[in-house]
Amino acid sequence: MTILSVAEHRRGELRPVSLELLSVGHLVADETDSEHHTVVVGGDVEAFGEKLDREGVDAVHTVDYGEEFNHDVYVQAVSQLADAVDPSLLLMPNTVNGLDYAPAVAGRLDRPLVTDVVDIDYEEGLTVTRELYGSKAETTIDVNAEAAALTVRPGEWPAAEGVNGASVEPFAVDIDESAVRSTVTGFEEVGSGDVDIGDADVLVSVGRGIGEEENLDLAFELADALDATVSASRPLIDNGWLEKDRQVGQSGKVVTPDVYIAIGISGAVQHVAGMKGADTIVAINTDPNAPIFDIADYGIVDDLFDVVPALIEEFGS
Amino acid sequence: MKILVTVKQVAVVDDEFEIDGLGIDDRYITHDLNEWDEYAVEEAVQLQEAADEDVEVVTVTIGPEDTEETIRQALAKGADRAVRVWDDTLAEAGLLDPTTKARVVEAVASEEDPDLVLTGVQSADDGFGATGVTLAERLGFEWAAVVNDLELDREAGVASVHRELEGSIEELTDVQLPAVLTIQTGINEPRYASLRGIRQAQTKELDVRSLEDVGLSPADIESPLEQTSLYEPTSESDATVFEGSAEEAAAELAEVLRDAGVAN
Ligand SMILES: Cc1cc2nc3c(=O)[nH]c(=O)nc-3n(C[C@H](O)[C@H](O)[C@H](O)COP(=O)(O)OP(=O)(O)OC[C@H]3O[C@@H](n4cnc5c(N)ncnc54)[C@H](O)[C@@H]3O)c2cc1C
Repeated sequence: MTILSVAEHRRGELRPVSLELLSVGHLVADETDSEHHTVVVGGDVEAFGEKLDREGVDAVHTVDYGEEFNHDVYVQAVSQLADAVDPSLLLMPNTVNGLDYAPAVAGRLDRPLVTDVVDIDYEEGLTVTRELYGSKAETTIDVNAEAAALTVRPGEWPAAEGVNGASVEPFAVDIDESAVRSTVTGFEEVGSGDVDIGDADVLVSVGRGIGEEENLDLAFELADALDATVSASRPLIDNGWLEKDRQVGQSGKVVTPDVYIAIGISGAVQHVAGMKGADTIVAINTDPNAPIFDIADYGIVDDLFDVVPALIEEFGS
Repeated sequence: MKILVTVKQVAVVDDEFEIDGLGIDDRYITHDLNEWDEYAVEEAVQLQEAADEDVEVVTVTIGPEDTEETIRQALAKGADRAVRVWDDTLAEAGLLDPTTKARVVEAVASEEDPDLVLTGVQSADDGFGATGVTLAERLGFEWAAVVNDLELDREAGVASVHRELEGSIEELTDVQLPAVLTIQTGINEPRYASLRGIRQAQTKELDVRSLEDVGLSPADIESPLEQTSLYEPTSESDATVFEGSAEEAAAELAEVLRDAGVAN
């Protein structure tokens, strides 16, 4: 048996999830007595290849084609390598780019795909764990197939370490250019306004629980009293209530303040990705089961419209 | 031009709930139009309004009769007509994974022959995030996932999109039509349905089809994936939760915050 994981990079940097996938691959390979291969497509493949040669890796394949991610190229390259290596398990990252090619690869190889996997078990065949209903419930899924494809949630496994000495071999692909029907024309950074939530020691962060735009005053009042900066979860930015600069999360900013006060924020995985590194996390939420409490240090299970005014009072002059 | 939009009714779970077998007990669930699909519908309707050609917006839903209320929401916001696929085989099918869903939508798309398919990036309840791209691969369409900006050049046959990557970076990509685009929230401002829209929605065509009607057999929706358990995750929380009235809890939190050096 062989496990194959696919690395991810952007603008010259290997993304951390690539090394996490190596940990997953290593674990499953150990459990199933398999070989563990990894592949990187495009960019500085030599440098990437060296970095991917970590503990538990049996072979690194490099596909020297293109600079940046292009899903049409990835689909062809990964499918061709999978045809050659015939992995029983294909591991890809559950990232924006992962979700832009993994389903097509699985479709092309005619393998079942399970996305956003948070746990894998191989004791009796392949069983994977996922979250449902905004992380309120977890489910296990049996994959009854000879070969499967998974996308793995970033941040769930440690990065693979060590240096190894596995073979780093170029893999020659035969890319059909006429099937490349998308062209990446550039990148754009979003949000370069006046507020830098990345700099703040204390963040008062508001979520959809705030209900209406007018109620944001409450957050700004609290921030004033605490000498803090206001940040927010995505829905508020989508609504146009606050500037994009203030969005915390996967597609927003990653922040590491001393104190992060999450008010009316459920703690969706894409939000948590941006703030889990805060020293002290405080959550105010009416739902005792909200996933934000899993990572909070302090919590109040109550209506924010009662708690926040009381807090402002506490810090009032 | 024809735009096909996938519309899903999602389950929203109460704060407190009970699990019943492999699902959440109905008493704790309300239903709503999937947030990401709402933006997809809006995008289709805006494209229709801006186009200098006739554009038909058709929604497609896999779901039982009670999803019609949700479908009417999409019709009230401006979609022209709806297709809903359901029958006993689908009702009894196990996990509707992205491949299974894509097969059904593909069957409808093959009949409708759209120029553009818009789906939500993911659905709020099962969060697979893969149906759109799976569908594109099956249809032989080009695609783009996580699109938060879209410009169509019909003459050139190109959709210029922004794909929202991690860390405040967007990728600018040109995609050849026909294409499937998975739509991210924030791409537009979904409208509220007007009273007139809601009234009109009642009279719009909502076509109900069985698997057989769309040319599929039960074997087509058999999946190698089997859901085997559903449970509440064991709380990993070691948070100190302040009890008492809001004032009391706030006072205790204030003390902790002061100790942490806040507002000193
Ligand atoms: C590709 C992708 C990228 C994304 N990137 C980001 C990102 O960068 N940042 C981000 O935040 N999200 C992101 N999201 C969205 C994310 O999945 C969630 O939809 C979002 O984080 C939810 O925001 P929320 O917690 O404010 O809202 P909800 O999930 O709706 O939660 C609101 C919370 O408020 C509580 N509440 C309601 N009323 C009250 C009250 N009166 N008092 C106290 N509590 C109350 C509720 O119990 C609930 O827990 C992304 C999604 C995708 C698919």
